[in-house]
Formats: sequence, C-alpha cells, structure tokens
Amino acid sequence: MKKSVFFGSVTAVALAASGALAAEGDTLKEVKARDVLNCGVNTGLIGFAAPDANGNWSGFDVAFCKAMAAAVLGDATKVKYVPTTGQTRFTALSSGEVDLLARNSTWTFQRDTDLKLDFIGVNYFDGQGFMVRKDLGVSSAKELNGATICIQTGTTTELNLADFFKANGMDYQPVNIDSNAEGEQQYMAGACDAYTTDASGLAATRASFADPENHIILPEIISKEPLGPAVRHGDNNWGDIARWTLYALIAAEEYGVTSANIDELAKSSQNPEVQRLLGTTDDMGKMIGLDAEWAKRAIKAGGNYGEIFAATIGEQTPIGLARGLNAQWTQGGLMYAMPFR
Amino acid sequence: MVTYTGADNPPFRLSMLIYDRRYRSLTLQAIVFILVMLMASWLINNTLQNLSAMGKTFSFDFLFRRAGYDIPQQLIPYNSDDTHLRAAIIGVLNTLLVSITGCISATVVGVLVGVLRLSSNWLIARLMTIYVEVFRNIPLLLWILVILAVFTEVMPAPNAYRGENPAATMILFDTIAPTNRYTAVPSLGMTNPPATISLGREGISWAFIAFVVVIAAAWFGNRQLRRWAKNVQDQTGKRPTTWWISLAMFVLPVLFLIWYFGLHLIPPVLRGFNFADGTNLDNAFVVLWLALTLYTGAFIAEIVRGGVLAVSRGQTEAAFALGLRPRRTMSLVVLPQALRVIVPPLISQYLNLTKNSSLAIAVGYMDLRGTLGGTTLNQTGREMECMVLMMGIYLLLCLIISAGMNIFNSRVKLRER
Repeated sequence: MKKSVFFGSVTAVALAASGALAAEGDTLKEVKARDVLNCGVNTGLIGFAAPDANGNWSGFDVAFCKAMAAAVLGDATKVKYVPTTGQTRFTALSSGEVDLLARNSTWTFQRDTDLKLDFIGVNYFDGQGFMVRKDLGVSSAKELNGATICIQTGTTTELNLADFFKANGMDYQPVNIDSNAEGEQQYMAGACDAYTTDASGLAATRASFADPENHIILPEIISKEPLGPAVRHGDNNWGDIARWTLYALIAAEEYGVTSANIDELAKSSQNPEVQRLLGTTDDMGKMIGLDAEWAKRAIKAGGNYGEIFAATIGEQTPIGLARGLNAQWTQGGLMYAMPFR
Repeated sequence: MVTYTGADNPPFRLSMLIYDRRYRSLTLQAIVFILVMLMASWLINNTLQNLSAMGKTFSFDFLFRRAGYDIPQQLIPYNSDDTHLRAAIIGVLNTLLVSITGCISATVVGVLVGVLRLSSNWLIARLMTIYVEVFRNIPLLLWILVILAVFTEVMPAPNAYRGENPAATMILFDTIAPTNRYTAVPSLGMTNPPATISLGREGISWAFIAFVVVIAAAWFGNRQLRRWAKNVQDQTGKRPTTWWISLAMFVLPVLFLIWYFGLHLIPPVLRGFNFADGTNLDNAFVVLWLALTLYTGAFIAEIVRGGVLAVSRGQTEAAFALGLRPRRTMSLVVLPQALRVIVPPLISQYLNLTKNSSLAIAVGYMDLRGTLGGTTLNQTGREMECMVLMMGIYLLLCLIISAGMNIFNSRVKLRER
C-alpha cells in the first residue's frame, strides 16, 4: 500500500512536469477558447485609455482592443482590460498576462528585437514634449536649465530627456514617478517645474485639469515617438491579425467606409478593394484563421481610424489634438494602410 | 559462552526499507530529498525552456551597456553615459544609505519610546502606547504614501521663497528651506581646503581623513582614560573626575581643525528654478527614511519594553540596596541583562527595515529596486537576470547585517561557566 503512494506521487510530479512543458501557445486558439481578449492598456490616460465612473473603458487605445475583439470573437465587449504601468507593460505581454498591448508604447529597435515584442504598426505618430505652468515665464524647453522635471520611469521619454539635456549642456533634477496619475498630482502640487511625456499624453493630461488655460505645452518636440500596439514575438499569425485589423481601420477611412455606411457599402460598393476589405469577394479572413466579415465587424465596433480619432482625442474633444502627422497619406499625413489584395 | 549469530541481525531484505523501523526514516528522507530535487530541477528546466521558447537568452551582458537614464540622488558620481552596472551600484548605495540611517534612527526612537512607555507618568505612557499601536497596525506602504502626500501638498514650492514678500520663509536663521521637492540645508565649505586623494572619479578630501583620525584618537584616548580611572578607583576607592578631560579631548582638536581648514556653512540660495549651493535632501529620501524610522521604531519600542520588563524587579531593588543611583542601575544592571533579550529580535527588525526599503519605488526614491529592478529591468527587458541579481544582492546584504549583529549578540549574551 505504502509503496503505491510513493510511486503514485512520483508519477504525478512527472506528469505535471511534462504537461507544463507542452504548454506552448497559439494565441488565436487561446483567445477563442477563453472567449475574451486580454488587452493591456494604460492605467488611466484620458482620451487614450481610461475607465469612467462605471468602470467602462474608453479611448483611442481602447478602441483598438474593441476592434480586435470584434474581429476575433465577434463581440466588441468581450475584452478584459488589464491596466499596466510603464514598468509592467512589457512583462505583462511577454508573460502572457495580456494577448495584446494597446498602450501608447513607442516602437524602438531594442523593444522590437531584444525585448522580443512585435509592433504591428503605428496608430499614433507622436513626439516628446514639455508642459509648464504659464506663470513660470518659460517659453522654450531650452530655458529649463536647472529645472525639476517629472518623468515616468521605464519609458523611452526618460532616456530622451537625459539625452536632450546632455546635448544642450543643461542640468535638471528628475522626479521619478510610476504612472501618469502620480505625475499629474506631483506636477499640480508644484513638486516639479515641468512634466514631460509624449505630446499627446500632455494634451490628454492637460485636458483633465480644472484650469487647462494656465498650462502651456512648450514648442520643442525632442523625439520621434511612433506609438503602436504590440504583440509577443513568435506568434506570426496573431501578429498578422492585429496588424491587418489596424490596417483595416486605416484603409476604411481612406475608402470612406464608416460605421454608418458600412452595411450599405458591403452590399453595393463597386470598389474591388472595399469589397475585399469587407469580405464581399475573396475570403481573406480564412487566410488568417478568421471568417470573411472580420474586418467589417472591426470597423463597425468603433468606426474607422478617423472616426475613432475624432471621437476620442480629436479637435472636437477636450484633448483637442489636430490630425497633423496622423492624417491619411492622401491628406499629407503618414497614415498609410498596406493594400488589401 | 554462547554466541548468537544471526538471530538479532536477520539478513537484509529490500522490503525492510519500508517495514523495518530502523530503515524507514532513512528511506523516507531519501525519497523526500529526491522529490525536492526533482521539483527544483523541473523549475529550473521549465524556466530555461520557456526563456528559450521566447527567444531570450540568460546573460548579464546588458550590465555593461550604456544606461541612458539619470538618477536623482547619487552618492558617487554618475551620469546617463554610465553603464547599467554603475546605476545598479548607485541603487545599492542608496539602499544602504536609507537602511543604515533608518536603522540608527529607528533604534533611537524605539529605545526612547520603549522606555517612556514604562514611565510612571500616565500621560506619557499612554501617548507612547498610542504611537506604537498606530504605527504597528497600519501597513508601511500607507505610511510612506501619507507622508509623501503631506510633504508634497503642505510644503511650499521653491518658488514661494522668491521675491520681496515671499509666501514662505526659511527656518533656523535662514539656513533651512523645506520645499515640496527637497529640504535645502547648508553644505560645508572650507576656506583653506587641503588636497584630495583621487580614486577614479571620486576623491576623498584630506580634511575628512584628518577629522576621522582625530575623532578615532580621541575615542581611544578616552578609553585609556577610563581604564586609568578604574585602576585608581580599584586601588584607592575613589574615582577621579574625568568628564572634563574627555570633553576636552573630543572638542579641542576638532575645534582646531575647524579653525585650520576654515570650515564654514554655505547656506542654500534660490537660483533659477531651485535652491543651489547648499545640499538638497530629496523628499523621496526624507519621506522613506521617516516612514521606515517611525514604523520600525514602533516595533523596536515593543522589543525594548519587553526586554526591560524581562529583567527581574529584584535586580533593580538589589542595585538600589547597594546604593547605586537609578542611572547607574539602568546602565550597569538592567540594560546589560535586557540586551540579551533585546538583541535577537532587534536583528530581525534591522533585516525587515532593509528589505522594506525596497518600497522606495512608491515615492520614486531610486534604490536598488528603482534602478536595477526598475528602470534597468524595463529598458533592457531582462526580467530574469535583474530579479536573480536583485535577490542575490538583498540576500547578501541581509546576511552581512545578520552576521554583524550576531557577533554583537555573542558579546552581550549571558556568559555561562
């Protein structure tokens, strides 16, 4: 009797070991089986990703999570939002805690290669800026010598800041903070003279102030910050789904497909590219493991790229960002979807 | 004589490993050991497999790459061009600084509160009880955040000190300026500075060495003096008065050095955005130090109280009966006996404080957790290596503290014949 207990436990350990080793993932299959998309977002940045009083997330990055859920699971609400800080986001992605990271993260060489992430595209072309109080009397970042600056640790902005001050032969005193909310609090209390992050983040932060008119964003943009969603390295099909969902949103704006006219266009459009995009002809969804109408659902979830931009961070919103570099390539911007062919 | 052969020692059979009591415990231990080893090797193997499945290697090369980020408080020179390794060393030094200063101040607070809680003054004893219970029963992280909020929201910004009629004024004869970023305190300057010994990018001033040598000499001199006084007391029964000689030994040479080097205070001056010339004590450091001190101090107070109460009342009464005054009774009779009870749990508190200092990240104090385990980890994506390294460093730190305190403990513990 006793013998069998010993051998039993040894066998159990061996089985558990082999079982754990076999768990090597296919993200699409996992997401479908779970029937919910785990989407890594910001812990709270108005306009990009922030929960409202009822805990419903909304924003520019959140809209991409919804589009993905609609494309893959057929329901834009099947998303579990996982708030991540600048420090935790990549670990959350590479450890499998989230399937997708839609959290204004800058696409850099090292993150793409050494950190084993795959950036699937750029959804916002940004640059790092500085925000100061108007009464500080500063009109240029070059006048910030000796200033105390709030900076989120673990971000590319931290490195750009060090380089910018070094290149200009100036000194500064960093105040390291962990999240945008903390940075906002420290900046508002005057614990730092300037707050630096991506210009879009500054605009979003300023929009949440009670007195936005008393704060200015300095004209210097000290870096290129191409922000985009990222997936884990190695699951190419999942990367393709995410990449082409983003292109579907961008292409939809280019071809005038909106959430309002999409059903009608799916039936009546004579444009072959629109037909392929909406799955009327050529079942492109099959090539990436989805059905024919995946892109149609993704666009319907929150509208095309332009609609999402206008609804979350555009000029009609409190954040008030102009399209600028983020206009369609046909309008002089950099937004350019690869052909659906 | 009859010799029994074989009756007591039956031939060994395999089943005896389980059914014979003499072998059973050995068998069990061997099996448990094998299981534990299997588990460990599985964990390591699993980790390595998963890392390689993600295409990651296990390497510490990243430590020698350019860090690229700045650190607010540095004890040795550092800039963003230095390596991640040097950033980690800065972090270790910051951890050590807040741990050591925290341990010292927590001990002072703890001893004071612990003794006062035994005071016969009802009000003082109750106040100390309230302090201990409040700080002991609320998590440290909350204290850190509360104190940070107080420092950030209540203290004036440096700007408030500007202008003809400033909103805030410096305290202590215009020498100290508390702000919501740092506390600006005067720094030391010398009118006749001696040369410095250069050690790479860091230098040690001869003046510093001179002060250390003089104070060490005074300490040794004082010891000799007390030994001499004890001899005189043993022979004649009368202890010569020595306090003024001790005082002179410490004060006069130091005064001479101060005059010789022209040591003076340089008050902080508001220049540009911030105070300059003086030393700016980062709020992150002050907040963390204060929280660690008050929190751990409450625990140490209880340990001290327990230690003093553990010394039998009869010891005090006997000392009084011999004619010893209360102060002497405390230092010669009660405290040496109480230390035996106090020191072992005190070691744990020092270790706790050192480890708790890793909560520094909550206030942006760049300790080991903030540099190696924070920005470096995040910029390089080397979670495994950073975590292993960080755990190793904390383990080493705590073992060193523990070893040092155990040496002290063996000196104060009861000597048995």
